[in-house]
This record gives sequence, structure tokens and C-alpha cells, in this order.
Amino acid sequence: MYRYDSYDQAMVDARVEEFRDQTRRRLSGALTEDQFKPLRLMNGLYLQLHAYMLRVAIPYGTLSAPQMRMLAHIARTYDKGYGHFTTRQNLQFNWIRLEDAPDILADLATVEMHAIQTSGNCIRNISADQYAGVSADEVADPRPWAELLRQWSSFHPEFTYLPRKFKFAVIASEEDRAAMRLHDIGIQLVERDGVVGARLFVGGGMGRTPMIGHELRDFVPESALIAYLEAALRVYNRYGRRDNKYKARIKILVHELGIDDYRRQVEEEFAAIGAQGIEPPVEELARIRAFFAAPDYETGLPETVDRSDPDFALWLDRNVAAHKAPGYAIANVSLKPVGGIPGDATAEQLDLLADLAERYSFGELRTTHSQNVVLPHVRKADLPALWQALDDAGLGTANLDRITDMIACPGLDYCALANARSIPLAQKISERFARAGKAETLGELKLKISGCINACGHHHAGHIGILGVDRKGTENYQLLLGGSAAEDCSLGHITGPGFDEDGVVDAIERVTDLYLARREDDERFLDTYRRIGMAPFKEAIYD
Amino acid sequence: MTDLFDLRSAEAPSAPLPADVKPLSLEAFLAAPGNATAVRLEPGDDARALLPHCDRLALVEVSFPVFGDGRGYSSARLLREAGYRGELRASGDVLVDQLAALRRCGFDTAAPDAPLDAAVAKASLTRFADVYQAAADGRTPIWARRAGKEG
Repeated sequence: MYRYDSYDQAMVDARVEEFRDQTRRRLSGALTEDQFKPLRLMNGLYLQLHAYMLRVAIPYGTLSAPQMRMLAHIARTYDKGYGHFTTRQNLQFNWIRLEDAPDILADLATVEMHAIQTSGNCIRNISADQYAGVSADEVADPRPWAELLRQWSSFHPEFTYLPRKFKFAVIASEEDRAAMRLHDIGIQLVERDGVVGARLFVGGGMGRTPMIGHELRDFVPESALIAYLEAALRVYNRYGRRDNKYKARIKILVHELGIDDYRRQVEEEFAAIGAQGIEPPVEELARIRAFFAAPDYETGLPETVDRSDPDFALWLDRNVAAHKAPGYAIANVSLKPVGGIPGDATAEQLDLLADLAERYSFGELRTTHSQNVVLPHVRKADLPALWQALDDAGLGTANLDRITDMIACPGLDYCALANARSIPLAQKISERFARAGKAETLGELKLKISGCINACGHHHAGHIGILGVDRKGTENYQLLLGGSAAEDCSLGHITGPGFDEDGVVDAIERVTDLYLARREDDERFLDTYRRIGMAPFKEAIYD
Repeated sequence: MTDLFDLRSAEAPSAPLPADVKPLSLEAFLAAPGNATAVRLEPGDDARALLPHCDRLALVEVSFPVFGDGRGYSSARLLREAGYRGELRASGDVLVDQLAALRRCGFDTAAPDAPLDAAVAKASLTRFADVYQAAADGRTPIWARRAGKEG
């Protein structure tokens, strides 16, 4: 894992002092709320319905056991004893007092963490494949590249007041576990003629106007990546729309210009910027890469696992993925217990995850955009003991990528933007489909719920998506089918008129029953939908 | 407009131009430059239009009607990248917490609508000992310091 040197530490320490001073000026009245707002947002502090929310950055979703323990400490000391993992691999605390925020940032800085640029109209936390460094199908570990981008984008002087927020994701496999094509800029590391470089996609995103990213460039070598991105961001900063915040993301600029014209402008800017000496030398990426060297895996470990306990065997089949090192496995910890709040974890659970990471996973953890946690390096022989410890703490749910492993935004229970509640609906769906093993029968089925049109719960990209809207003062839920955030990226389509809370659960039941009746061979729900189309599903729902 | 605020360190090579210089709009300057040496850029103006005239200009004032409109940062940087060496002035809704980024993008002075607290301004300009990126202020980025290059 990356470790701060004295430069990195000085940056976060200075940031804590800066924010302490800004908070002091806000509390004294020297700063108006309008003036303070962008400053607090760039430190992850967001005003919700009932309290401030602090969003802590987990760069590229990698964290250490001591860092996880610090999150538990903050949950216990400054919040109500729990935290919420987000779709950007971050963790947010929903019950924070403004007066405490500088102290929390100071606590985070002691474990090389921060909340820098987790909100605001700036470059946000860089996300990445949660299996980085451990999956056999990657061309390189994407995390050193993401760390290079983290440093480049932190306090970037030109791109601090962009038209709107800007999100990067970095992957290095054909399989996309990070929704790369739905980012403002998605980076896929590829190998061309034996050299690893970046294939860039631009203009993806969800929100009110969902779009899939266009290829911007097939290959940018590591010796030009920062200059190229600087050019891409500069064109956006200069020409992205600022007259309407709902048309201000780069996807709208790319859509209005067309990808070819946008690309031409970026290439012109790149030609001008390339000679400015702004590119870190390749030795800097090599320096960062050394931190991500594989841990000292043992050799000669057994490959077989005792499957005699059926509950354990199910968890093994659902939540455990192949690791590139013999004798090891990737263990996914579901934060979606039946009837629970998706992505929530208590301080005790966070502490336990830290302990288990130390005992079984070289002290390392990952977070996923699906709001789960990963222990990336577990000896297969340790899997039964790990599962037992997880299960004892309510963390052993065997439902990865099942309908009950849903993404849900905080919704109207917390968020000032929401039109409808997401959490109670998620709980109802979870309970309905956990019953009689139906979730298991349905196989892979990604369900995503947003409580408003801003799409924080990724409803456009759900195999089944749910969008909460306000219909004449009552909560109403629209149903979407056919989205995907993976390498087969697609946007879902609305089935028709919306439903109340119980009605949408019933509609999902009808949709999934039709799938079970019509599926062929090993088809997933999404495959059947793509084969037979919307019409039979509509008929099943509305007739 | 209040007093000019000098963003540069004490050893700045030259005093800023007076606060009451009246720059031409970009449109007026391009239509009839005459002997003008000062131009004002609005956020939507294309700073590149000034590149043929960099040598004769002594002042480019970049307007920030609202602090959240960040186009002026790009205007400043691309003028500096093209070799403009005259004064760059940020005017309008310029707040103390923007000063460090403005300086990094090549601004020399600020003409804020509301007066700045001098002590807070000084602290904000000196708080970060180092920087992660190369920009228009000539500071040595951290990656170069790590490599032992002092730029």
C-alpha cells in the first residue's frame, strides 16, 4: 500500500490547519455561508437534512487496518456509532457537528487519510477496481496510476472551480468492476506493443442525463498522461456550461460539441501544454509503484477448502473470487444483510474488519462501488475461520451480486435533495427476496435504487433500477430495466407508470417471475431482458 | 474597487500598475488597439486572442464576477504558458481563500470587490510549503523535489 512521505504528510497537515481556520472564520461570521460552502465541500463536509455529513476519502478504495480502525474511532466519538460506505468507495458519517470537523480531519491525518475533494466542483476521489493487484486478468495494477492522479488532482490550482464535479475511475482489466464507462473520465490501462498505457473514455455519467463515455484516445503513454488530462480538463473548464448546473457536467459538453470536436480541442491544447514541463518523470510512477508490490505470499498452500458446512459453502460460492496467487482467495464482505441498510457498518464491525484484515489479509482492505468491503489476500485454508468470524458479527451474508446486494442512496431519510426514501424500500425488497431463497434462485441480478433524479444510487445502471420521484406530494417509484455498469455497459429503460412503495416491490416480483419462466440455459436476468425485450415485462407488470 | 493586493512575495521585481488603470475590453482592444497596453478579460473571453499581442501588453485584468466561476484560472495559465510577462490581475469577487490558487495560476495582483483581511491572506498564501503540480508560478513540484531536482 502507498505510504505518505514527509511531503504528503505536510500537505494533509496544512489542509487540516487551513480548514480549522476556515471553520473558525465561518463560526465568527467572517465568512458567509455562501462563501464557506465551496470550502467545506472541498473538505467533504455536506449539509444534509438533519446534520452535517462528512465524506472521508478512501483513495482507489484501498485502506489499511489502522485506517479502518480510525474510521471506527470517528464513528464512535463524533457520530452515532456507524458509518456508511458510498458508491465512490468512500465512507461517510451522517451525524457530524461543524465544530468537530477540524478535529476529525486532524484524526484522519494521523493515519494518512483526509476528506480532500470528496465533494465540490473539483476532481473527486479517484476510484478503481477493487480487485486491483489481485485479479489475474489485469494488465497492471491500476492503483499506482490512481495515486499519481490523486496527487496531481489534489489542490489543483486551475481546476478547483470547475463547472461541476469531476470523477475518474481507473481499471486494468477487460472486466469492468468499477463502472468505468460511467465516469467523467474513465481510464482503462491497456498494453500496446508491450507497453502499458491509458485508454481514455470521456463524458460518461449518470445523473439526470445518463450517458456512456466515448473513447477519447486509444493510448496515452505514461510519459504524457498528466499533460493529456490537463488538456482535457482545461477544455472542460473553459467551455463546460456554467449557466445551468444540470447541464454542467463534461458529458453535456462532449455531447454538444460531439466527441470528434472535443477530441480535436483537447489534442490542440495537449500540443501546446506538452512543452510546459508539467509531466512528472516516469520515475515518479515507478516510485509509487514500489509501494504496491505484492505482499509475501506463502507458497505450497492447499487449494482445497472444506465445504461440509452448507452455509459456508454458499458464502464461498457467492462471495469469494479467484486470486492470482496460488492458495489465496479474494473475500467479499457483504454489507447487505437481509433487511439491513445497504452500505452501513457499525463501529464494532469496522473494528472487526480491521482485526480480520490483520489476521487474514496482510492488513489490507478494499471498498467497492457496490458498497461492500473486500479482504483481498486470504489464504484459502483460512476462509472457514474468516467466514465464521464475519457471520458472528452479521457480516457473513452470502449474496454478492444477488438482488439483495443492492446499491441504494441515503434517500429522504438523510438527503436534502431526495424526493423519496430509498432505505425502507431497499429493506422491503431485501426481505421479500431473501424469503424462500428467491434471491439465490435468481442468480446475478444487480438492483440499484436512487431517491431522486440525481442518480446517486446508480439506478440507470441497474439490471433493475428504481427511481424515487415526487408525484403530487407523495413518494412514487419508477422502475427501469436493462442497465449495466460493467463492461457490457448500458442504460436502463423505464417500464411505464410508477408505483407506491409496496407496488414497486410487487412489480419486481412479477418481473423476476417472468424472467424465471423465460430464461434459457445460464442466462442472467439481464441477458433474458436483452433477448426478449421490454414488451413481455411490461405486459407482466401492467396487464 | 478597493486597494490592490500584491500576491507576490516581498522580492517581486516590479511594483504593480496603479489600481485605477482602465483596461480596454477584449472586443475594444481587438477592434482598435491604438496604444493600449491594458486589457480586461471576462470569463467567456478567449484569452488566446491576446497571444499575438503579449509583448505590448503591460496589464491583463481577469474578471471574476462570481468566485465560483473558474474560467479565469485557465485564462491566466494559458497566457503565462504563451510567454506573457506583464501583470496579471484578478478582479471582482476575489476572496481570501482563492488567493493561493490564483497565485499558482500566474496572477500577480488582486483587485477584490471587498477588502481582504491581510493576516488571513498572508497565511493562506504561505500555508502550503510545497505543491503537487507544476503550474504558472515556477514553484518546484513535490515530484521534482523527490527526484532531487530543485527546478
